[in-house]
Amino acid sequence: MGNVELTGEFVAFFVFAVMIISGSVFMISLTKVVHMVLSLLAAFIGVAGLFILLEAEFLAFVQVLIYAGAVAILMIFGIMMTKHQEEEKATTKRAWQEGLAAVGALALFGLLFFAIRSSELAPAQSFEAGEDNALEIGKLLFTNYVIPFELVSVLLTVAFIGSIVLAKKEAE
Amino acid sequence: MLASYLTLAAILFCVGLYGVLAKRNTVVVLLSIELMLNAANVNLVAFSKYGVVPSLSGHMFALFSIAVGAAEAAVGIAILIMLYRARGTVNVDDYDELRG
Repeated sequence: MGNVELTGEFVAFFVFAVMIISGSVFMISLTKVVHMVLSLLAAFIGVAGLFILLEAEFLAFVQVLIYAGAVAILMIFGIMMTKHQEEEKATTKRAWQEGLAAVGALALFGLLFFAIRSSELAPAQSFEAGEDNALEIGKLLFTNYVIPFELVSVLLTVAFIGSIVLAKKEAE
Repeated sequence: MLASYLTLAAILFCVGLYGVLAKRNTVVVLLSIELMLNAANVNLVAFSKYGVVPSLSGHMFALFSIAVGAAEAAVGIAILIMLYRARGTVNVDDYDELRG
């Protein structure tokens, strides 16, 4: 990355990357849970922006609808139905655990970074994701990927019924 | 450009991993898992544009992984609410019934 030319794609990538990383780091460091969800929302929207940069417009809209919409609202409902007043008590065991987790995550990042740097990635090829991205994905979904598509719909139905049954108040 | 996307996804995944391992609030652990799933999706879509064989398969995989992630979040929140009713806490350290 020594000779980075300042193209529009690079500037947009930089903006979205800053949005994603700051959102996720704030998610880790903030103390109130609602603020955490809001900063994670920024990260999700940044990922949607990355999808648009990668010519995956349909996935970008799905990302905004599912993650920034449904999952964030679901998490806020989960926060509203539980209590989060209790203070996190700092014990030595917890400090040890957090330190070990930080070391582990950093080590994994170092490993991944080394692997990315040292691998010979293929040069960028010209790839057109189709004039109409949603149309192409729809065609694929109903030809090559019919069985996974149906399985996912079964999975969603099962998850939907299962979560209702789990969260239902039991009759006293 | 591909290396930048992969590095960004690696950062996102490691932040999510730290959140899962170090945070003690169940909702925050679920949020961190979503972060890690998003990192995987960024990788899939980046390879589907800049990979050796660029095609729409990466988009399809990301689409299915988003659907599975949404199902996981719904079931996770339902389990969280049920656990909260039974134990009155959201601290993962207190859910130690199965510890040997």
